[in-house]
Amino acid sequence: MTGNKTFWGGIQSCLPTVLGYIGIGLALGIVGINSNLTLWEIALTSIFIYAGSAQFIFCGLFLLHAPIPLLVSTIFLVNLRHLLMSMSASQSFLDGSFRANVGIGLLLTDESFAVLMTEVARGQKITIRWMNGLNIMAYLTWILATIVGGLIGRWIPNPYAFGLDYALAAMFAGLFIAQASLSISAKGKSILFVLSTVFVSLYLFMYIVSPEIAILIATLLGCTVGVMIHGHK
Amino acid sequence: MGINNYFFIALLGCCLVTAIPRVLPFAFVKIVKLPARLVSFLEYLPLCILGALLFQSILVVKAGVVTFDLLKSIALIPTILVAVYTKDLMKTVLVGVIVIAILRFFF
Repeated sequence: MTGNKTFWGGIQSCLPTVLGYIGIGLALGIVGINSNLTLWEIALTSIFIYAGSAQFIFCGLFLLHAPIPLLVSTIFLVNLRHLLMSMSASQSFLDGSFRANVGIGLLLTDESFAVLMTEVARGQKITIRWMNGLNIMAYLTWILATIVGGLIGRWIPNPYAFGLDYALAAMFAGLFIAQASLSISAKGKSILFVLSTVFVSLYLFMYIVSPEIAILIATLLGCTVGVMIHGHK
Repeated sequence: MGINNYFFIALLGCCLVTAIPRVLPFAFVKIVKLPARLVSFLEYLPLCILGALLFQSILVVKAGVVTFDLLKSIALIPTILVAVYTKDLMKTVLVGVIVIAILRFFF
């Protein structure tokens, strides 16, 4: 995207995803305020949990006053994919200090992970400053968007009417297409087998397990097929 | 400020279980070297996880059956076309949100 690997370069690399964060952050704020969370509580969940899907589920379970062990274990499962993403992302920061790396890990999201891995796939050099710019810009945008969503949420009970919730799907579509075209040019048509595995297994496992676990299983199966095909070449 | 105990304990628990999986691999990246096989496995991770997240965003479970959310699936067609032809994430998100808002207005 940009050859600039400074903090500002990171902020610039974040900009394309900002619209997605704003859309889904507004939707989350609206849902939060209508789940009887206060504006402060919405801000605190964004600051301390900082994970879109986990925060949506938090709102739902908070409204139901679900038992805390259930709430916490659900959030744990929803976010477990971050373990995989962090494993993958951390390989680009092998010579970072402990403190710098922990900071990067804390703020890693689906989107910042995707932006990072797209840069990696393009053969760009990755710096800690750039990654911090990318992460911190996303973090601040998210916190602000959820607060604004909470502010306007009293007048808009249903964010779905405005299509804001779809910002997430659209952002995944954009990030996916970028990643898929890079993967196909790097590894050829065999990538299509990997993707078919992901789609089919996700669909099937949605019948048996929770959506979050289905994502994990489908991802692991897709990677397995990838390694198997790659190994045969 | 209305921050009650239930909220605070829930927040603390959720903070820990979201932070730990994110941080752990970064904290140990210098100490534990991942085996080559696992590294090549992880090469496919961005593609697979984004594919799964995208595909799941158009699926719904209704009465025990996994089906496609019709409006979301339809809106995905122009969204993906914009993504493929412009490679511009911002335009992709804008088109997606506008198309689904229009579709939901009429249907």
